[in-house]
Amino acid sequence: MVNPELRRQVINVYKELLFLGREYPLGYQYFRDRLHRAFASQKQITDDEQIRKGIARAEFVKKEVEALYYLKRYRTLKKRYGSEA
Amino acid sequence: MSGLRILVPVKRVIDYAIKPRINKAQTGVETAGVKHSLNPFDELSIEEAVRLRERKGPIKVEDILALSAGGPKCPDVLRTAMAMGADRAFHIDVPDKGDGGPEPLTIAKMLQAVVKEQNVNLVLLGKQAIDGDQGQTGQMLAGLLGWPQATQASKVDIKDDAGTVEITHEVDGGVETLRAKLPMVITTDLRLNEPRYASLPNIMKAKKKPLEKKTLADLGVEDTRRLKTLKVTEPPPRKGGGKVEDVDGLVSKLKELGAL
Repeated sequence: MVNPELRRQVINVYKELLFLGREYPLGYQYFRDRLHRAFASQKQITDDEQIRKGIARAEFVKKEVEALYYLKRYRTLKKRYGSEA
Repeated sequence: MSGLRILVPVKRVIDYAIKPRINKAQTGVETAGVKHSLNPFDELSIEEAVRLRERKGPIKVEDILALSAGGPKCPDVLRTAMAMGADRAFHIDVPDKGDGGPEPLTIAKMLQAVVKEQNVNLVLLGKQAIDGDQGQTGQMLAGLLGWPQATQASKVDIKDDAGTVEITHEVDGGVETLRAKLPMVITTDLRLNEPRYASLPNIMKAKKKPLEKKTLADLGVEDTRRLKTLKVTEPPPRKGGGKVEDVDGLVSKLKELGAL
């Protein structure tokens, strides 16, 4: 039986990633399919330590996606409003 | 000085990634069924207010009030603002008439009334909204209040507990540093900070934060218009360039166009 606390954490991070995916430049469907596959590919792991590592990786991806959104917006605005230099 | 009471006015605008379409009557931009979000420059001002609190500077941030004027969907962006860290929000109900919303002067007068009523001593505004691109509200508000203003800030630093604030902003070929005393008005530029993402758990928590609904009449302001939009049109489409084979081709092409 998997640790229920870790199970909750995994579901939470999955939901947060799904929420982030709503604004993904290539579309929600693209993001969701890949996210689903990434989680499903890890479904066989039962070791607590392995699961914690997986959650840490998901948190890292979350940060990356947030940074991607920030940069995309920053660059667009800079192009529109920044000086020509 | 006792504590900072910050007002952050925000606007709900068409999302930056969407290409705006002109409506059929050529009176404005099509807004129905288009994705809207919080004006990016307003996101910067909320982030700065929250960072002023987190920095634990000489003056404690007592209150961060987000405010937006507009139709029934405005609370969405106010929730985003509260998810990023604003404490409470006012929604000023202004019916959507499809004319681009109230003019900057109306908004400035409305903000003046809120500043008086809520005892605000720092107003942080985005330098402009990406829909109207007017960039006047902050300046008008400072004028109406008779407060010092620092526009397009790229750095905000509270120096001491007497309320001295140093603001840096980018000018041609360098930076300019201004010093002023609170109360004051600051407008934010793109490089002030990196706004945090309003995450799902924070949006959920923000649903519990207080959101008050008011009308312009409550604040003693009337929505009058001084400008009339005559016509809105799209910029002419760009014409593609052509390739020439060699130097002679280039010269003849230039002659043809009358450049030589």
